[in-house]
Amino acid sequence: MTPLVNQVGAILWKDLLSELRTRDLLGGMVLFGVLILLIFNFAFDLRIDNVAAVAPGVLWVAFSFAGMLGLARSFVQEKDRGAMDGLLSAPIDRGAIYLAKFLGNVIFMSVVEAVCLPVFTAFFNFGVVSVDVVAIALLGTCGFAAVGTLFSAMAANSRARDVLLPLLVFPISVPVVIAAVEATSSVFAESPLETRIRWLALLGAFDVLFGVLCFAIFDVVVEE
Amino acid sequence: MIQRADSAKPVPQDSDRPDDAGSPATPWAIDIAGLTRRYGATRALCQVDLAVPWDQRLGLFGPNGAGKTTLVRILATLVRPTTGTVVVGGLALPSQAAAVRCHVGYVGHQTFLYDELSVRENLQFYGRLYRIQNRAERITTLIERVGLADRADDRVRTLSRGLQQRAALARAVLHDPTILLLDEPDSGLDIDATSLISDLLVDELGRPRTVILTTHQVDVALRMVERVVVIARGAIVLDAPVNLTSASEVARAIRQSRITS
Repeated sequence: MTPLVNQVGAILWKDLLSELRTRDLLGGMVLFGVLILLIFNFAFDLRIDNVAAVAPGVLWVAFSFAGMLGLARSFVQEKDRGAMDGLLSAPIDRGAIYLAKFLGNVIFMSVVEAVCLPVFTAFFNFGVVSVDVVAIALLGTCGFAAVGTLFSAMAANSRARDVLLPLLVFPISVPVVIAAVEATSSVFAESPLETRIRWLALLGAFDVLFGVLCFAIFDVVVEE
Repeated sequence: MIQRADSAKPVPQDSDRPDDAGSPATPWAIDIAGLTRRYGATRALCQVDLAVPWDQRLGLFGPNGAGKTTLVRILATLVRPTTGTVVVGGLALPSQAAAVRCHVGYVGHQTFLYDELSVRENLQFYGRLYRIQNRAERITTLIERVGLADRADDRVRTLSRGLQQRAALARAVLHDPTILLLDEPDSGLDIDATSLISDLLVDELGRPRTVILTTHQVDVALRMVERVVVIARGAIVLDAPVNLTSASEVARAIRQSRITS
């Protein structure tokens, strides 16, 4: 196992084990996601016939808002007992911290999505679970978490981090969210394969761009 | 500035301790020249010169806000110097910070432990980061050494402050560092536990580590260190071998610097 993989594995293992024991993050994220779907269900139920047109937006609002809860807590554990200093004074690649936190956020958001997709089907009586949608959800989540993890590290040192984080993450992640919504729409509208592939490719390109950029500048962000 | 004539740059005595750990041969474990560190308009350290030979135990004292923690955090690679040169184990900071981290153990004001993990799991986690060989064995030995054998599998949040501090000390020496930075390591510890700190000042093979110890308990610290440095307003105001000074002299230097500032 390469040192980077070992370091990422160690930090991820620590984060997942802590969450498994407290369950204070995942429970809140899932509940928040389901509540958003419930509110939209009441808001749109009588007025909109074309659920397929609304579904992508509703789903991605639920995913991104619930995901924001997870991002806000990403580095709280490291601040609690100054553990970030413990990580930074260890002989590890700073990128390992970013990758582990990124993977943790992707896992937590994926759990929320795994619950929200069937719940959406139940609330709106509209099947949304398919391989295409799962692939789009995964790609969109990766892009959102890539940006969010970086800004979460930046906001962790701020007293106003709970306010600051959404203000930083949402504007920057707009291209990812728009691409994810459009890709999801193209699946629900049963658009031609080329259209779906175009949106998926765009989503993938954003993921790579944001992922590489955020990974590269994380070192600077956590310095002092 | 109270600079004792007989305490100028000390000459290293025995080995130029380098080293099984791989750092370059150098007489100084720590060599600082013209170090200044600013936080905005505030100058935390001002033109500090300090050379610490291998195996020396140095007590760093001073009033609150004197710059002790900033100096220790620079050595721990957590803060970058604004100007000046800092060489730790023959490796320059900040350019060779990654290599320095392998040789330095650091206890800060906080424990750096995770509440929801047990003491053993915390040490396993840090052991993986430091890529320690025979991890399980080493962790068990250390847990016994810091007196936590019966609480090793308890979560950190259930431990008292003193027991958490013992775990923090175990974490700092887990990779058997040649240089140990202890920033108020006695906080939360009972009087008996200070012997534990003395015990950790030597490495696995019983060889002395190079130590920088900051504390407000001057009289206790003087029993552990060989050299005393008092820092005030970011500058060194007293530097003396411990046998040529006393707790009252150190206290007087601290008091004087507080009045001056």
